[in-house]
Amino acid sequence: MDSIVLQFLNGLDKGGAYALIALGLTLVFGTLGVVNFAHGALFMLGAFCAVAMQQLLTLSVQVKDESVTFFDAFKEVPYLEIWLGDFGTSIIAWSVPISILLAIPAMLLIGWVMERGLIRFFYKRSHADQILVTFGLAIVLQEIIRIWFGANPIPVSAPPPVAGSADIGAWLGLGAGVVYPWWRLIYFVFSAIILAVVFGMLQFTTYGMVVRAGMRDRETVGLLGINIQKRFTAVFGLAAVVAGLAGVMYTPIVPPNYTIGMDFLVLSFVVVVVGGMGSLGGAVLAGFLLGILQSFASMNEIKSIFPGIDQIIIYLVAVVVLLVRPRGLLGRAGVMES
Amino acid sequence: MDRSSARNDLLLMVVFTAAVLTMPIWLTPIGAGYPDLLQKFAIFGIFAIGFNILFGLTGYLSFGHAVFLGVGSYTTVWAFKLLSMNILPAVVLSMLLAGVFALAIGYVSLRRTGIYFSILTLAFAQMAYNLAYSVLTPITNGETGLRVLRDDPRVLDHMFGIEVGESLPTPELFGLRTIGYEGFYICAVFLIIAFFVAMKITRSPFGLALRAIKSNQIRMNYTGFNTRPYTLAAFVISGMYAGLAGALMAVTDPLAGAERMQWTASGEVVLMTILGGAGTLIGPILGAGIIKYAENIFSAFNEQSLHHTFSFLPEPLQNAAVSISTMFVGEGWHLTLGIIFMLIVIFLPGGVMEGFRRITRWARKPPAPRRAQKIQTAG
Repeated sequence: MDSIVLQFLNGLDKGGAYALIALGLTLVFGTLGVVNFAHGALFMLGAFCAVAMQQLLTLSVQVKDESVTFFDAFKEVPYLEIWLGDFGTSIIAWSVPISILLAIPAMLLIGWVMERGLIRFFYKRSHADQILVTFGLAIVLQEIIRIWFGANPIPVSAPPPVAGSADIGAWLGLGAGVVYPWWRLIYFVFSAIILAVVFGMLQFTTYGMVVRAGMRDRETVGLLGINIQKRFTAVFGLAAVVAGLAGVMYTPIVPPNYTIGMDFLVLSFVVVVVGGMGSLGGAVLAGFLLGILQSFASMNEIKSIFPGIDQIIIYLVAVVVLLVRPRGLLGRAGVMES
Repeated sequence: MDRSSARNDLLLMVVFTAAVLTMPIWLTPIGAGYPDLLQKFAIFGIFAIGFNILFGLTGYLSFGHAVFLGVGSYTTVWAFKLLSMNILPAVVLSMLLAGVFALAIGYVSLRRTGIYFSILTLAFAQMAYNLAYSVLTPITNGETGLRVLRDDPRVLDHMFGIEVGESLPTPELFGLRTIGYEGFYICAVFLIIAFFVAMKITRSPFGLALRAIKSNQIRMNYTGFNTRPYTLAAFVISGMYAGLAGALMAVTDPLAGAERMQWTASGEVVLMTILGGAGTLIGPILGAGIIKYAENIFSAFNEQSLHHTFSFLPEPLQNAAVSISTMFVGEGWHLTLGIIFMLIVIFLPGGVMEGFRRITRWARKPPAPRRAQKIQTAG
């Protein structure tokens, strides 16, 4: 029982990341009709926003270490500590949440530039061309990051109050051994909030209503005198921000390196396809479902029956879904079916 | 097929054969005339030709072709270990096994078209890659990679009384070594055969059917034409080409690793085909050659050689030029690749071959009948 609860929780944070990336992918596909292979790169750029913020906050100066008296020793002291004392130290510790402030405008800008600069020329081209050009873009973005930050994973620490583990077992009346990292819980809650915000925007605001109408029938909305193109560009920006935030918050869980985007991209595409191309609810459902399935498949009890199942479960599910129900779990009929 | 085009094909074949066989001569002036690189040209040329039979002719974009490359490599090394160091059984077995894999994966994947097909092939490739790293370690030797050992059984070699010396046995073809220029010529012969077969396929009624599927599969179905066996055959053939390429990789360097199956490797062959020109005969080989050549040139540069290259500039300019170009060479070669690739897809979707066609058309027809030309290309 304990291990089942634990695996369920394990799946939640990963599922949250899948859901956030897949949501952006499917939003872009539903609005602009573009298959964006560079979406994983946006996740990666978000993660490196957090890295950049951490490096920015810990910019240091060499100061003579007074505690060493035998010889001249120097230590690195961040400027913030010198200027603000203890407050500076705690700012540094909270660098991940702070970098959200950087990530939102940065990702919005990147998304806008990407859409206006490249994607819009590919609305009318074939899906194969779209895949190819965004694949090229993804390579370029990830190489730029590699030049800037190097090839090795860069660890980013969670704020100290939530760096430890939560005693889940005590809350749920299970064994005392059931503990779970705080940050992963926070990630799940965070992704749930972001998802709620995006859905709320689309469902309950006039702006979102127009976007949804445009997804259904772009031409008619255009004929009503609404500049739907502008809103779709904004949606692309939104998708970029969502992917970026997913990346920012993921850094304390897995130290990011420049290939993290590609790793997530492949999985998120599978998630989108399982959920149904263009279906927002499907992307979220499939994201969590596959995240949880993956963590259950990595239980030792299951691995001993089907060796290697944890490595392939997601792809296996995707193959089965595509063959049995090609439109995906919640996909609308007629969307990219043949 | 009328007589003149048959003669053109013969001419193309002769020119191609001559060009491939004299590659060590005419590639020397541009610094590509050494065996290792030439072997790569030939091997990746085969891989790209095969990929083109699927993507170029039928329009099905597979993102998992590296699986067959990996299967070919592993089979070859196993054949070296169990049967013989002669490469013939290894190559034949690799192609067969890659074909079987292609049959299985293609049978399932080809039930869907478009992006779904791409995702399905990608999913299979990722499964194969992940399994090769984890549970299949007894077969693939995991991260270390599969290699030939001195005390492997090698049944056939023992039967014919070929004994292993003190050193590690090396692959051979009836006494021919597979390294150096001998190795290149072995690969070159395979490349020429592969090209010939691809040409025959393209010119045949079968090839015509494949191109018809690309232009409008639904209409083909409506005319009562069952497209599935045709696409599946194309998939299996291109899988066997990839298997051959994988086998030759292991022949020239008897080591097989799972990273050959990673989806970036599948992406590479897509790049090659697009860069050269999908759907053309020569294009994919050109693309493979250009990418491997550029990779070789660009990744060889380092800061010192850059300083040397820009030494004609004054000092500050020289430093600036070096620090900018250092991003694009050495380890940064992938950045260059990505940029070239984007430019090609954006401006020249038909690849290098399309560029040639445009140049020849431009040279033949001076700008006067420009309007008529535009209508022609639109239709």
